[in-house]
Amino acid sequence: MNVLIYLVPMALVLGFTGLAAFLWSLRNGQYDDVQGAAVRVLSDDDLRS
Amino acid sequence: MSETIDLSVFVKRQDDGTAHLDLAVEGIDCAACIDEIEDGLERLPGIVDARLNYTNHRLSVQWRDGEIAPSAVVEELRRLGYRAHPFQSRLVEEEETRRAQWLLKCLAVAGFASMNIMLLAVSVWSGNATDITQETRDFFHWLSALIALPTVAYAGQPFIQSALGALRNRRTNMDVPIVIGIMLALVMSVVETINHAEHTYFDSVVMLLFFLLCGRYLDQAMRRKTRAVAGNLAALKAEVAHRIGETGEVVLVPTAALDAGDRVLVRPGERIAVDGVVLSGASEIDESLVTGETARKAATTGGRVYAGSLNYNGTLTLQVTAAGKGTLLDEVERLLENAAAAKSRYVQLADRVARAYAPVVHLAAALTAIVWIATGATVHDAIITAVAVLIITCPCALALAVPVVQVVASGALFRAGVFLNAGDALERLATADTIVFDKTGTLTLPDMRVVNAGGIAPDLLEAAARLGLSSHHPLAAAVAQEARDRRPFDGAVEEAGQGVRAIVDGLEMRLGSPAFCGATTLAHDAVRERADASLIAFSWGERRAILLVRQALRPDAIAVVKSLREQGLDCRILSGDRPEAVAPIAQALGIDMWRGGCNPAEKIEALDALKAEGRKVLMVGDGLNDAPALAAAHVSLSPISAADLTQAQADAVFLGDKLEPVLDTVEISRRANRLMQQNLKIALVYNLIAVPLAFLGYVTPLVAALAMSGSSTIVTLNALRARGRSAPAEPAAPPQELAVQGA
Repeated sequence: MNVLIYLVPMALVLGFTGLAAFLWSLRNGQYDDVQGAAVRVLSDDDLRS
Repeated sequence: MSETIDLSVFVKRQDDGTAHLDLAVEGIDCAACIDEIEDGLERLPGIVDARLNYTNHRLSVQWRDGEIAPSAVVEELRRLGYRAHPFQSRLVEEEETRRAQWLLKCLAVAGFASMNIMLLAVSVWSGNATDITQETRDFFHWLSALIALPTVAYAGQPFIQSALGALRNRRTNMDVPIVIGIMLALVMSVVETINHAEHTYFDSVVMLLFFLLCGRYLDQAMRRKTRAVAGNLAALKAEVAHRIGETGEVVLVPTAALDAGDRVLVRPGERIAVDGVVLSGASEIDESLVTGETARKAATTGGRVYAGSLNYNGTLTLQVTAAGKGTLLDEVERLLENAAAAKSRYVQLADRVARAYAPVVHLAAALTAIVWIATGATVHDAIITAVAVLIITCPCALALAVPVVQVVASGALFRAGVFLNAGDALERLATADTIVFDKTGTLTLPDMRVVNAGGIAPDLLEAAARLGLSSHHPLAAAVAQEARDRRPFDGAVEEAGQGVRAIVDGLEMRLGSPAFCGATTLAHDAVRERADASLIAFSWGERRAILLVRQALRPDAIAVVKSLREQGLDCRILSGDRPEAVAPIAQALGIDMWRGGCNPAEKIEALDALKAEGRKVLMVGDGLNDAPALAAAHVSLSPISAADLTQAQADAVFLGDKLEPVLDTVEISRRANRLMQQNLKIALVYNLIAVPLAFLGYVTPLVAALAMSGSSTIVTLNALRARGRSAPAEPAAPPQELAVQGA
């Protein structure tokens, strides 16, 4: 079962990465306009004149 | 409006030489609006950035200071077809946003922790059934403890703070048993880990925290959504006034930019935007939005006028007074304070349940420990079983049962055009058995309409209406609403205090006082017929007509009142208007119990009398004079056209010209209340099954995990039924109706 010695910390690190990513996105205002984000993806802003 | 508004008070200047303005935008109904607005604005010179928040319809614009005037931004938006209003975020809303973010962070931490601990716990459970070694299990338990302890310390804060707050005030709330349960389970699990035991409850504790935080966050999200809408509405309603500067020049400014002592010019036909004293000028004003009285009142030098009054025929110069200084306002504020103090804080359903629940749970746990010791078990086993009882009874489903229903129901109300101001209003709305309506502006529309349009030759009415477009007089404006062709006649001349006239195809048309139009005899007859309406006469060559203008009933008022009565609600009218104006309305609606001529104190007396009879009153009103009554009533509603102070007192605000939202509100809140009680019963049944199991010592961490997630899922699914059988969807009614309101 020695494999656990590095598997478990790895699982925790991955979990922490997810948490950190979420907290970053929260602070970055990614959830301020959820409806807008859903429709903005459809706009052709690369064709802007 | 050709004048430009001075918006400088709303502009925030930043250190890097840019200026920033927040706007609430009306008329956004599709995704294309985003590009149209942002691209349109960015094409203006000097604009650095324009970003529209599609969720709450707010636009944030930045430009290099001095290169463009803020009013040009608003003007450009108007050209694009959107009405925009400067927006100042309110303190309450910012506070709510901060709290929501905090709860979301706690939720994220609890979610992360519960997933990782569950990963370890499942390994232990399956290992216990097979061949896990002591060392591996201990290692997993210690890891769980390492994650769970900091998680509870961080993500448990909302509950710990609230529980401590309640205990400090010598009350208990739902959070007290939660915190006790969590703490005991945590301490026991650590002790068990040290003792190399088979079972620990770290996973239950953190999962419990996660579910509870979900309920808390949903509750918060509902309140925040309401606040955001209320903030937008406040901005959309924001009025403008003509301020007279030091040197006598007149500038159009938002009322928010006015200070006490400023002088303001009010032209004929304008709504007065501020409270003030008349410095000069004389006019007649309509205070129906303020007092409910539909007869006009003379305003003379030294007299007081209130925001919301409509100025008729003269120009007035006002001095702005600070709010709360007027005689009427003083009276209203005093009554408001009394009403708020007299109304003992309503105890929410969930809190009522929690008060009964906490002692029972703790008693059950204590009893378990005693019985186990008495029957010869070790103290260690007895305590472990008692803690299992505490964990399994932790009001997980209970904490979700109410907020989830509230969120779903407030969403349904939102679609029906009703915004809740208070979270607990749903419960109070559901229990109301008597509805008291105000008349002016509530049962009737806030604007005036021609009531005898059907009795006038169509071409005559159309001509009168088109001529009315050229007048500022409110009666003429009411007539003008009938116009199908919205182009005014050329060369129309307004004669102050008389009316408006124009020569069309060689024939003279006149719209104004009966004497001005030579229709005095006709007017006499009309007055005898309809004493409660205002008259305006129209002449076209030799043809004469008398138009009766009055605040008409809301289009569906009769049907709504009938349905409300069918639902078992007792409908009544309490109006500040003259009894002879109230009588015909009451008759049309078939309401026998009505009173006219009530001042604010009398309205409260009437409500108190109803309360003494044991009735729960839903008060629907809009005037400033209704504000104390709204605060005193069991629960209250007001239309969006209501005075600001009144709206602040109402538990919910509804949009649009129809009275139907009142009916929807009653139906949705009753359905929601039924579901809340159903959910609480489900939670109770769950406890009735789970507690005996825990008492007998059958609850292992695995059983606890299954029971908690199972019951939470069931109440959440049940709560979704509060949406109702998908009623014929009225697509996005609010934005359009807002436009009507703002116009």
